[in-house]
Amino acid sequence: MNLVIVDYKAGNVQSVQFALERLGVQATLSSDAETIKAADKIIFPGVGQAASAMAQLKTRNLDKLLPTLEQPFFGVCLGMQLLCTHSEEGNTDLLNIIPLPVKHFETDLKVPHMGWNQLEHLQSPLFDGVEEKEYVYYVHSYYVPLSEYTIAQSAYPEPFSAALQYKNFYAAQFHPEKSSSVGSQILKNFLAL
Amino acid sequence: MLTKRIIPCLDIKDGRTVKGVQFENIRDAGDPVELAKWYAQQGADELVFLDITATNEGRKTFAQLVRDIALHIDIPFTVGGGISSVADVEVLLQNGADKVSVNSSAIKDPQLVAELARHFGSQCVTVAIDTKYTEATGWKVYTRAGTIETEYATIDWAKKVVELGAGEILLTSMNNDGTKAGFALDITREVANAVTVPVIASGGAGSMEHFADAFLKANADAALAASLFHFRELAIPDLKKYLKEQGVAVRI
Repeated sequence: MNLVIVDYKAGNVQSVQFALERLGVQATLSSDAETIKAADKIIFPGVGQAASAMAQLKTRNLDKLLPTLEQPFFGVCLGMQLLCTHSEEGNTDLLNIIPLPVKHFETDLKVPHMGWNQLEHLQSPLFDGVEEKEYVYYVHSYYVPLSEYTIAQSAYPEPFSAALQYKNFYAAQFHPEKSSSVGSQILKNFLAL
Repeated sequence: MLTKRIIPCLDIKDGRTVKGVQFENIRDAGDPVELAKWYAQQGADELVFLDITATNEGRKTFAQLVRDIALHIDIPFTVGGGISSVADVEVLLQNGADKVSVNSSAIKDPQLVAELARHFGSQCVTVAIDTKYTEATGWKVYTRAGTIETEYATIDWAKKVVELGAGEILLTSMNNDGTKAGFALDITREVANAVTVPVIASGGAGSMEHFADAFLKANADAALAASLFHFRELAIPDLKKYLKEQGVAVRI
């Protein structure tokens, strides 16, 4: 399988590549349009700030390319948020692939939402072999509200989208690459889609 | 529900764990990667690696070690020790660290915290605060491995670094560190309640009750210990089982 991790200098793509290596899968890091287009599957990681990540994508013309892709695509953390329409973080226009907003946590709880939280209402082959209420690792201050595209949720304290699916675009707000055996299972499931 | 985190801390010198760490089932207890894997299997929620190497050569070894750790463990980890610039952090993050922790360099130049947050996002910037109480001064911040008293009251410095962009605070009480008499609950509670970001309690852990107190009485989001885990005085699965019975949300 030709697996490509989109490398656009916004975050720790290395961790995702290492997690795949632990599964015995070699992935190519690339920001090249032709390489990405030719991939069987694409993983789109990201940590950091929405506006600077969008700027990095635009520099590489990836903001035009990514919405046109038709292969199974997996956005992780900021990579999930960037697929949406607009973020409250820096009032930023996003890739506008999934018609959903990204909002800031307004809560008395600590922000960022950092640590291990439970997955609930799992409804996708992405979660085959994952039980309700298993734990995954999160670090984020912005979230996507529940929607018709939500395929898993967590609560902080209100429920939000832990994962999304819209056509071929899958996405997770948590970090499967840092979520122990549960995370590995989810990555394996994506590779098996 | 978001769980409280249990964090073993490993001191690293020239790419090896220091202190006579004793473990069965581990080929080489001086090998940080072996230890890290073992802790991950035991249910540690995160790990912290502090580089106490003083030489440039040692720093390069540490960056290589970070890469090895990232390749082999599947839980998040923070690295600290001697970080003083955006370039330092870039190397560590590119090698697979999830967060970095800064201490003395933030005291020397508080704008470093803002700069790191702007470059890499607050989520990967932990500010470590060494604090000490005396009757004359109250809780003050210390720098240079706890050797020099700064002008900052602990609570003021904590608020300041959060304003600058810190995403987490690692609060170590020098009065409690090494005593095994429990965490400094008063200052931990005061800081945890004063800032909007997660606070890791550190220094003084000696029993399971101490962890429960840090979470239930001091409102800490995470608790860190070193020798207590390294010398197997406390096993993480037992600790988590106990905490759950006490009503603390933990990942089991």
